[in-house]
Amino acid sequence: MNPRAENRGAAIDLDTVSKAYGSFKALDGVSLRIEPGEFMTLLGPSGSGKTTTLNVIAGFTDVTSGQLLVGGKSVVGVPAHKRNIGVVFQHYALFPHMTVGRNVAYPLTLRGIAQDERKKRVAKALDMVKMGDFAHRYPSELSGGQQQRVALARAIVFDPPLLLMDEPLGALDKKLREWLQLEIKRIHRELGTTFVYVTHDQEEALVLSDRIAVFNRGCIEQVGTGRQLYDEPATLFVGRFIGDSTVLRGEAKSDGTGTALTVAGETVIAPRRLAGEVHPVMLLRPEKLAIRRPGQDAAGTNRLSGTIAEAIYLGSGSKYEVKLGDGSTAIVRSPLAGESFGLGEKVELCFDGADAKLLPDDSTADTTLT
Amino acid sequence: MEMKPLTRLILGLVCLLVAIWLVAPTLVVVPMSFNENKSLAFPPQGFSWQWYQNFATNPEWSTSFLNSLKVASLVAVLATVLGTLAAFGLDRMKARPANLLRMLMLTPMVVPGVVLAIGIYAVYLDAQLVGTLTGFVLAHTILALPFVLIAVSANLEVFDRRLETAAASLGAGALTTFRTVTLPLILPGILSGLLFAFATSFDEIVVSLFITNPYLKTLPVQIFSSITRDADPTVAAVGTILLFATTILIGGGMLLLGRERKGRV
Repeated sequence: MNPRAENRGAAIDLDTVSKAYGSFKALDGVSLRIEPGEFMTLLGPSGSGKTTTLNVIAGFTDVTSGQLLVGGKSVVGVPAHKRNIGVVFQHYALFPHMTVGRNVAYPLTLRGIAQDERKKRVAKALDMVKMGDFAHRYPSELSGGQQQRVALARAIVFDPPLLLMDEPLGALDKKLREWLQLEIKRIHRELGTTFVYVTHDQEEALVLSDRIAVFNRGCIEQVGTGRQLYDEPATLFVGRFIGDSTVLRGEAKSDGTGTALTVAGETVIAPRRLAGEVHPVMLLRPEKLAIRRPGQDAAGTNRLSGTIAEAIYLGSGSKYEVKLGDGSTAIVRSPLAGESFGLGEKVELCFDGADAKLLPDDSTADTTLT
Repeated sequence: MEMKPLTRLILGLVCLLVAIWLVAPTLVVVPMSFNENKSLAFPPQGFSWQWYQNFATNPEWSTSFLNSLKVASLVAVLATVLGTLAAFGLDRMKARPANLLRMLMLTPMVVPGVVLAIGIYAVYLDAQLVGTLTGFVLAHTILALPFVLIAVSANLEVFDRRLETAAASLGAGALTTFRTVTLPLILPGILSGLLFAFATSFDEIVVSLFITNPYLKTLPVQIFSSITRDADPTVAAVGTILLFATTILIGGGMLLLGRERKGRV
């Protein structure tokens, strides 16, 4: 799809990788295949194991058990400085006693590359991140965004087949972050190397990634494209972590044709059922819910009543938080052309049962999200 | 807040008084060193360079000066190497044992000099180290080590160890990382430790008095024995030379550090 440079990336295979600190399992049997040249984002809340996974790939952390292949070769036990992997850190980690130029030349000097060639490659890398005019500055003379761009140049100047990024935009403000996201995307396209990107920001993950691996409690919950994760979440945790969602919980009854859920006296039906002895919940995306005043004609098969708890004007439309009968909150997005509602107003929410995603309930999904 | 002129005047006067009080005793030696007569009277009479001549030509003075230079240089190197290694080790140890060890290594700063001197003297008598270069260097290194340890530790505390991780990711092994990243960044601490170690050894008197003998005297020992024997103004001449030498040394060091910092920020 994207016009990409020749594929120079390394494949990564994690095979049931575990990392334990005493009795705490930071990683619990993680398996993941990253394709050559792919942009893979490791997404999850703090402490979910995404950074540990990155550190394991980089060689900063040893695995307790499991196998790790980079470019088809096992790197378990290989020290970080012999792995030839570029790393960009959240805290930039530029050497303060060297100019920008010397920082970027550092990995080339270590590899014994002659001065002429070194100069050329430093200039090329700095041009790629649009910092060509800053070679003689010291890191302390640069802004955070500029420092991170230099750090990126330093991590790609020696042509590593794999680039790891650990929340590289975490310390920057929103505008700068959005611009640098596009820059990183462009650089990935131009280089054609494998990128592994760690973030806790799901929007950032959606913007950047070919695929996203969602981490929770040291395990991977689901791997897929942004669309797959949004439309077909495999677990309640993934459904809630990616995008806005409304979760309906209640007394459930399943038969051959579908599942009925009774939420505070009102029953909604989805034409599906879950296999096994699990308690089902329904997950609904904001755009699948219609909002209207009570008593009007039903648009969908299911309806729930509630009161407006929060109305947010978004420019392109409005977002409402609606308090349902059981005290839970539903999130609805309505287009600008639609009716508008005030705080405290009684409303009805309608949806098509086919749009409701049935997922097994997971009480831990709520606590780990905050 | 704007200060009233009177307040400002009084404050200035007080500062001046304190400054005089701190510096005057040191500055007294300068005029004394040009005394025409062989006395340490103040104010001095007449003007002459003879005591400087005496310092340069009298072998008693010049030898002890060279001895001090030799001892202090060796101590500076030895204490800096050991102190830097110790600071590193302590920085990378678990906090509890590190704090215990650190306190142990800093005891020479707290223990009264005389007590330390008696102990060292007793050991040196058996080991036949009294009046030897080795004896002086070892004893002074014990005293100088804490200064290096403190200076380097202070630098390591603000050193960002994540830079070492970054260097590793770029292909630098442990030794290369130390040489190219860690060492340059803690160099100011090491250099100031080196200066302190040199100065500590150069003007050490208490321990030196115990372990000296007629064959090996350091400059402070020579000054002390000279002044207890007779009122020789050469002492004042030596004092003046040392005063200017240390002022230039420390001043130059501060200037260098200041320039380096300006280059970065």
